[in-house]
Amino acid sequence: MDGLNIPLNHVLLVSSLLFVIGLLGLMIRRNIIFILMSLEVMLNAAALAFVGAGAHWGQPDGQVVFMLILTVAAAEVAVGLGLVLQIQRRFKTLDMDHANRMGG
Amino acid sequence: MRELIWLIPLIPLLSSVTLMLSSGKFPRLLIGLLGVGSVGSAALLTLALGLDFMANPEVLQLTLWTWMQVGSFAPGVAFYFDGLTLVMMSVITGVGFLIHLFSTEFMEDDVSYARYFAYLNMFVAAMLVLVMADNLLLLYLGWEGVGVCSYLLVGFWYQNSANGQAARKAFIVTRIGDTAMALGLLLLFTELGTLNIQSMVGAANESWQVGDTLPLIACLLLLGGAVGKSAQLPLHTWLPDAMAGPTPVSALIHAATMVTAGVYLIARTHGLFLLAPTAMLVVAIIGITTSLIAAFTALMQSDIKRILAYSTISQIGYMFLALGVGAWTAGIFHLMTHAFFKALLFLGSGAIIHCLHHEHNIFKMGGLRSKMPVTFWSFMIGSAALAALPMTSGFFSKDQILLEAYQFPDIGPWLWFAGLCGALLTAMYSFRLVFVVFFGQVKTKPDKDTGWRMALPLSVLCGLSLVGGYFIIPVESVFPMSTGTHPAHWVEYVSISVPLVGLLLAYLIFQSGQLRVDGLVNSAIGKIMRQFWLSGWGIDWLYERLFVRPYYAFASLLKAEPVDAVYGLVVTFNEALNGWLSQSQTGRMRWYITSMVAGLVVLVAVALQLSPEAI
Repeated sequence: MDGLNIPLNHVLLVSSLLFVIGLLGLMIRRNIIFILMSLEVMLNAAALAFVGAGAHWGQPDGQVVFMLILTVAAAEVAVGLGLVLQIQRRFKTLDMDHANRMGG
Repeated sequence: MRELIWLIPLIPLLSSVTLMLSSGKFPRLLIGLLGVGSVGSAALLTLALGLDFMANPEVLQLTLWTWMQVGSFAPGVAFYFDGLTLVMMSVITGVGFLIHLFSTEFMEDDVSYARYFAYLNMFVAAMLVLVMADNLLLLYLGWEGVGVCSYLLVGFWYQNSANGQAARKAFIVTRIGDTAMALGLLLLFTELGTLNIQSMVGAANESWQVGDTLPLIACLLLLGGAVGKSAQLPLHTWLPDAMAGPTPVSALIHAATMVTAGVYLIARTHGLFLLAPTAMLVVAIIGITTSLIAAFTALMQSDIKRILAYSTISQIGYMFLALGVGAWTAGIFHLMTHAFFKALLFLGSGAIIHCLHHEHNIFKMGGLRSKMPVTFWSFMIGSAALAALPMTSGFFSKDQILLEAYQFPDIGPWLWFAGLCGALLTAMYSFRLVFVVFFGQVKTKPDKDTGWRMALPLSVLCGLSLVGGYFIIPVESVFPMSTGTHPAHWVEYVSISVPLVGLLLAYLIFQSGQLRVDGLVNSAIGKIMRQFWLSGWGIDWLYERLFVRPYYAFASLLKAEPVDAVYGLVVTFNEALNGWLSQSQTGRMRWYITSMVAGLVVLVAVALQLSPEAI
C-alpha cells in the first residue's frame, strides 16, 4: 500500500461530488432513464465512500457493504427499468412531469 | 273553616291547569262554567271567610309546607291573613268574578276561549298568592306570576304584532322595577336574616333607627318594584300600551287588581317605610306628580281605553300620595273603591267596544245614551265616583286622602293643592268622556245591546261604586292610627266643591259649548301643549331615544358577533396557512425531492449550529 496512498479526505470529496452530481441530476432531469442513472451515480458515490473508509482503517467491512450496494443497485435497476417500460407503454412518454397523475 | 284558606287560590289554579290541558277541546259552556265557577267559588269562600273574620277578627298564620331550606333561609309556602289581606282578597275574587262573568259574553266569538279563561284564572290564583303570602319570597312568586299573566293577556291577540310589542313593553318595563325589588329582598334578607314580613318588620324596628340609611335603601328598592307594577313615574309608560289586551283584562289586571299590587306592597311593609321618612316623602311626590301628569294626558286622549288607562295611573298616584303621607287606611280604601268604579268604567267601555264593532275612538261614538242605557248609567255612576262627586264611593276615599295630605307637615298644603288640581282634571276628563260618547249626534250605530252577562256585572259594580264609600274596611289593627287633627272646615268645603267645578267646566266645554276653547287650543302654544300632553308629556318619546334605540343599536352591533370575530381570526389564520401549505402539494416528484433536500440541508445546518462539537 505504498505507491498509491490517497488520503481519505480526497476520497470523501470525490464521493460527495459524485453524490451531489447524482442528486442534481435527480432534481433537474425529467427523463426517467436519466433519473435512474442519477440514482446509480448516488449509490456508487455512497459505495465509494465505504470503500475509501474501509481502506483507510484497513477493515474489510467497507468492501462488504460495497458488494451489498452493488446487489441492491442491480435489483433496483431491474425493477426500475421494468417500471420505465410500463410507463413508456402507458403514457407514451418518458417525461416524468407528463406522467404525473396526482392532483395538487 | 279558616284553615281552608288555601283552597281559595287553589281552585282557580286547578281550573286554569284543567283548561290549559284541555287544549281547547271542551265545549264553550263547560269552559265558561269552569272559568267563572272557579273564581265564583273562590269569591264565596272569601265571603264566608270575611264573615267569620268580622265575627272574630283574629290574624291567621298558616304554613302549608317549607318551600326550601338552605341554612337559616327557610321560606315557607305560608299564608298570612288579616284585615288587609281580606280587603285585597275580596276585591280580587269579587270584582274578578264579575269580570269573568262579563268576559263570557265579551269573548263569546273568540276562537281562543279556553286559553283566555286559563290565563285569567291563573292570574287570579297568582294575585291571591301575592296578597296572601306571609313572606316576601312567596309574595315575589305571586308578583312574577301576575306579571307573566299580564304579559300573556296583553298579547292575547298575538296575530297582530303591535299587541306582541305592547305585551313585551309591559313585561320589560315592569321587570326593571322587579329587579330593584329583588335586590331589596336580598338586602333585607342579608341585613335582617328573614323574609317573613311580620318578623322582618319586628327585626327592622329593633336593629334600625328612624332615618337610618339601610331602611332608606331597602324601601327605595321595594318602591322600585311598586313603581314598576303600579305604573307610576318613571315606569308608567307600559300601562297605556297594555290596553292592547281584551277589555275585561284591562278591567281586571290593569285597573282593579294587579296595578294596585305596588300599593299593597308598600302598605304591607309600612313598618319598614315608617323607618325611612325620606322614602315616604319620595312615595308621596312620585304619587302626586304621576297623578297630575297622567290627568293632563287623559284629558287629551281620544282612545276610550287610553283615557281610562291614564286615569288609572292618575288614581294610583293618589293611592301613592296617601301611602306617602302615612294615610295607609285611606290609600287601601281608595284602592278598593277605585277597583269598583274603574272596573265598572272599563267593563262599560268593553260593552261599548263590543257593541260598536271594536271602535275605540270616542269621537266616532256619540248619542249612545238611549241605545245602551245600562252602559250609560254605568258610565254616569262610574265617572261620578271617579270624579269624586259627593256621596259616591270615590268621594269618601279621595276626600280622606286629600284631608290627610293637607295635614302632612311642611309640604302638606302643597300636596293637597296639587291633589285638588288633579281632582279638577279628573272630573273634566271623566265627564268629557261621558258627554262625547253618550250625548250629541249618533255617529256609529251599535248593532246590539248588552246581554245579561254584561248587564249583571255592570249593575252590581254600579251598586258597589255608589255604596262602596260606606264600607268600613277592617284594617284598624293593621295600620297605626293617624294622629292628625281635623283641618279647618274651608279645606273640606274646597275639596268637595272642586270636582263639581270640574263637572261644570266639562259640561260647558264639551256639552253645551258655551265655553269656547277653540281659540286657546288652536293658538300656537295651545297646539304645542296639546301635542305634548297627547303624547304623555313626551316620556315615551324620551325613553325611545334614551333607552330603546341605543339598546337596538347595541343589539344590532352584537348581531355581527364582534367577540366571535377574535376567534374567527384564528380560523382565518389557519385557513390561510392551510391554503399556503397545500400549494406545495403539486404532485411533481422533482419538486418533492428538491424540498426534501432543502429540508435536509436546513436540518443538518441547524444540527451543526446547535452542537458544533459533533464536527
